[in-house]
Amino acid sequence: MTSQTSPTTSTDTMPTLQVLGLTKTFNPGTPVEHHALNGIDVTLMPGEFACVVGSNGAGKSTMFNAIAGSIIPDGGLVRIAGENVTFKPDFKRARTLSRVFQDPLKGTAPNLTVAENVALAYGRSTKSSLAFAMRRERREMIHDRLASLGFGLEERMDTKVGTLSGGQRQAVTLLMATIGNPSLLLLDEHTAALDPEATRRILDLTDKIVSAGRITTMMITHNLGDALSMGDRTLVMDDGRIVADVSADERRGMGVDDLLALFRANAGHDLDDDKVLLEK
Amino acid sequence: MSPSVIFDAVMLGFEYSLLAVGIYISFRILDMADLTVDGSFCLGMAVSATCAVAGHPVLGLVLGCVAGAAAGCVTGLLITRAKINPLLAGIISMTGLYSVNIYVLGGPNVSLLDAPKAYDTFVTLAKGVLKVSQVKMVFIVVLVAAIVAVLAAFLHTESGLAMRATGDNEDMCRASSINTNLMKVVGLAVANCLVGLTGALLAQYQGYADMGSGTGMVMVGLASVIIGELFGGRRGVTAGLVCSVVGSVVYRLIIQSALMVNFIDSNALKLISACIVAVFMGAPAVRDAIRSSKQKKVAREKAEAYELALASAATAGSTTAAGSPAGAAPSDDATTEGGR
Repeated sequence: MTSQTSPTTSTDTMPTLQVLGLTKTFNPGTPVEHHALNGIDVTLMPGEFACVVGSNGAGKSTMFNAIAGSIIPDGGLVRIAGENVTFKPDFKRARTLSRVFQDPLKGTAPNLTVAENVALAYGRSTKSSLAFAMRRERREMIHDRLASLGFGLEERMDTKVGTLSGGQRQAVTLLMATIGNPSLLLLDEHTAALDPEATRRILDLTDKIVSAGRITTMMITHNLGDALSMGDRTLVMDDGRIVADVSADERRGMGVDDLLALFRANAGHDLDDDKVLLEK
Repeated sequence: MSPSVIFDAVMLGFEYSLLAVGIYISFRILDMADLTVDGSFCLGMAVSATCAVAGHPVLGLVLGCVAGAAAGCVTGLLITRAKINPLLAGIISMTGLYSVNIYVLGGPNVSLLDAPKAYDTFVTLAKGVLKVSQVKMVFIVVLVAAIVAVLAAFLHTESGLAMRATGDNEDMCRASSINTNLMKVVGLAVANCLVGLTGALLAQYQGYADMGSGTGMVMVGLASVIIGELFGGRRGVTAGLVCSVVGSVVYRLIIQSALMVNFIDSNALKLISACIVAVFMGAPAVRDAIRSSKQKKVAREKAEAYELALASAATAGSTTAAGSPAGAAPSDDATTEGGR
């Protein structure tokens, strides 16, 4: 059902995402000058799923903003599937890149129905046109994809999204983000606003969708347990730098305490994130 | 009201209905209060009148649309490119259009009594079968129905969906590779195209064009849209478009009946439409305020009863040790329930 072909099958040796020497300073030359990014280098190969953790103001979201095109960096390069997209506006980049935000209200249009929201997201992989958005075969495809989420949303296709719960909205958002087989999926603390039960379900769903589609993914999280268990790599950020890049082999058998110790060793101070959830 | 008066009011409602549909697009779909409307309405009227006097009434309608759309584009570009606040952008366009309209019309008003009209062909065709007023009615109803059908279809296409989503959640749209700036400009162009057409039609239907007739058109359109929503216009876009037309007709019937019983004189028309908009838009907030004050009153009464129960339990407790506030516990639940 989900397409098994990765968008870069033919060029498996080319990285999906290449971030080189990314720097960004906010309010330069003023008393509130802030060096958000101090030279970030990250490479994600096709199908890789990396979790990102870090202290407050480590630059996690700024890095995502630069990758997604919401901000233009001061220096450095962003390449997606080999193409230099550093200065490409966000809405043009969005054809190859999907992003899910923390706020469930951000990813969906509340006054459009569930089916219309999904159709809108699907339509972007084609090109917006004057064809009817809700043709029968497309409606059936959307119905099947919604059913595969396991949230019962296929029964509520014609409900306005505004009436759904946060978890249900995030499930729709995840489907919307992945239905066009994006080259890169950015998850920006996409469960942080949900209750524990919904968080679990959305994380399981994330795992399922990402592995089924072999989607190259980067996920910011505050849950160190999830950062070690989900995906196949953990990136640790501090002060606008990547201070640790823990590979799948290295992190096998690693606990939250080990990750904290690693952070202390590389960053020179404790992980001070008021949102970090310590799961022991 | 005599049938002929009702007939006239309904026809006037249809003549103004595309204005309501235009406002529906900018106000409800794009979520913008577009003040260009006062100017683009008059522009459509001026263009139509000038063309009709020159002997090209149908061209007048077409150019009225085009001129309105151009005005909408200007406002759209001011909003998206120059990053001017939408309200201010509308005011800028409207103000500039005032001078443009004087140039186009060539004077404060122009009479079209002797000029040809767009529906003349049909009047000749239907000679002996339908009266002129009936032909005018059929012409406007068919035109409005056709335009509403085309718009409803467009809003269900992929581009239409993208336009609706732009007004609903702009961040999400940009994240979904939708060019929201383009959507806003196109949306405002379509909205003002319809407004321009309304002005163009009205010039030919009433037989004159007047510089002052654009004033207050935003309110007339908004009032129609809001009245239309009482008839179920919030269920979906197609319902919204159709109900805007219904709202326009009902608005004219309301105004007509108020005029008939000498409840208002015609000078008060603008005041009436302003009041309709203010009352209906304020209604949800007032309703919520009344509801919450009622709840508060109920909760307060329950809290007082609970306090009394506690007090009596305390006095009882001094005589019998078993007297505890436990007896008052059920009303504790009721209090929190009422406070919600």
